[in-house]
Amino acid sequence: MVDLGISVQRQDFDVLKEIKKLQGNRIDIGSLSSFIGIVRDVPLIIEHYPGMTENTLSNLRKYAIDRFKLLDARIIHRYGALEPGDQIVLVLATSNHRKPAIEAVDFMMDNLKTKAPFWKKEGESWVSQRIQDLNATKMWDQD
Amino acid sequence: MKTSLKILTFAWVRTQTGEPEFTIDTDAASVGKLLDDLLAHRENWASLSSRRSEIRCAIDQCLAEFDSSLKNAKEVAFFPPITGG
Repeated sequence: MVDLGISVQRQDFDVLKEIKKLQGNRIDIGSLSSFIGIVRDVPLIIEHYPGMTENTLSNLRKYAIDRFKLLDARIIHRYGALEPGDQIVLVLATSNHRKPAIEAVDFMMDNLKTKAPFWKKEGESWVSQRIQDLNATKMWDQD
Repeated sequence: MKTSLKILTFAWVRTQTGEPEFTIDTDAASVGKLLDDLLAHRENWASLSSRRSEIRCAIDQCLAEFDSSLKNAKEVAFFPPITGG
């Protein structure tokens, strides 16, 4: 089933458009938190595992909505060839109050980094997983 | 009894083996045993032996451990640690 709350795509995204779409006509949103990942320093090629990526992001979004009592959330992740300054990932979360939305965005990013099947290549070399990212994901499991 | 499995590879597991996708008949009980068989017997996979500890796997599109059973599995993927975000 297609989950409209997530998207794995080659093309760029428009942050303001995504925010407006998530908001819709709701009047119960008191907080909207966002994270935008941007390519730094060198060009990247991002590869992913079609099918598993969508399932992982979809489950992560649903879990975060449930755990942080969010009103809604959206995850967009790009793949393919990207240049420094390009947007890679967008995570949005809405809630009644401030904290849950901020925490949920952090949670989704930490989990996405070690569980969503993406691999980055810089020039000829594949980027290694950072131990800090693994530890950050584990921290949430202890809460 | 041998079962037919679809094998997928990503990132340097794909570039080093040159095999993004293939089908194999196997009687390996676990995904770790399957990887050992591939490293030992399949052309182009021997070069990955020294990096075995860095390889991760998924069974039917869910992250798995190497002692996970292949019972009822249809698709297995091998890849380096994930670097999303």
